[in-house]
Amino acid sequence: MSGGIDGLVETVLDTLRTPLGLLGVTLVGYQLGRWLQRRSGEHPLVQPVLVAVVVAGMAITLLDVAYDDYRSSTELVAFWLGPATVALAIPLHRQADRLRGFVVPLVVAVVLGAATSIVSAVYLARWLGAGEVLQETLSTKAATTPVAIALTDSLGGIPPLAAVFAIVIGIFGAMFGPATLWLLRVRDRRARGLALGAVSHGVGASRMLLENETEGAFAGLSMGLTALAISLLLPVLALWVF
Amino acid sequence: MIVGLTWLIAFQLLGEVTVQVLDLTVPGPVVGMLYLFVFLRLRQPAADAPVLRAGTGLLRHLQLFFIPAGVGIVASFGVIGADWLPILVAMLGSWFLGLAVVGWTSTGLERLLGQPRDDQPRTPRAAR
Repeated sequence: MSGGIDGLVETVLDTLRTPLGLLGVTLVGYQLGRWLQRRSGEHPLVQPVLVAVVVAGMAITLLDVAYDDYRSSTELVAFWLGPATVALAIPLHRQADRLRGFVVPLVVAVVLGAATSIVSAVYLARWLGAGEVLQETLSTKAATTPVAIALTDSLGGIPPLAAVFAIVIGIFGAMFGPATLWLLRVRDRRARGLALGAVSHGVGASRMLLENETEGAFAGLSMGLTALAISLLLPVLALWVF
Repeated sequence: MIVGLTWLIAFQLLGEVTVQVLDLTVPGPVVGMLYLFVFLRLRQPAADAPVLRAGTGLLRHLQLFFIPAGVGIVASFGVIGADWLPILVAMLGSWFLGLAVVGWTSTGLERLLGQPRDDQPRTPRAAR
């Protein structure tokens, strides 16, 4: 039995490479993130999604699992993003009274914000020498992931990269968004949610939902309206910026 | 739980069908969210209704559902390569500008239209 230990290690590693193992790594990474978040006294830089992405990303690198295999193994987790997005109507329903007197500011701000996100991303990237394909891929990053993928595809950008940009800016927003809004002196909770949802979509909303229902509700609404605004504006703006 | 999840999936399906029929680029769940909102406003279900319990439960773990997409970063390191600087600046710059435009436009218009501003804690600490 000289190979006993090696054999056992090999069996454990092979089991981790199965869909069940990869799902387990993802859930354990998420729980570790939640534990660290509590231990750090809810420090904004400790977002469970970030911890879990680092854990799962290192795991698939070490286990030599291709990302596509990981993605299909964890479809069970990703699936719930759809019903959870639908559920964003719930905090908004509870906060519906706060929509009064805010509808016009909300719509104007979201449309201006969507245009700003698209145009500034394209021009900043161009200014620093990025090619047109990369500019197109960056132009959709403020939209929620499925919208970013679909629009980037229609523009001729790189859809998987657009998904990564969207998720990265989402996590960044969850970490730094509320603090930046204090610096910008945006104090109205409705406006704070609206602003973060417009630039960091659902991931930004996920942090706000845990801290303040008004902010979370308006971030969720903003995510939806921004997806709509970017879908409508991008084909028009593309004629002008590209 | 299952009753509530069935409701959420039914609204998502309704959204998906709408998107397909009208050929929209907006995702089905976003349209489903609008339908659920209208439904909740019209029906005003009790606070412990299954759809509200299931939805609130899912939203508490919203970050979990983004992890599979987030791990895609690992696969994109190679593509980013030499273009890291324009990507970094465009991402952060555009994020900041978008945040400021939405935050300032909405609060500015509120004031302009004479609507009283909502709850406004003065400092991050008071907000807790």
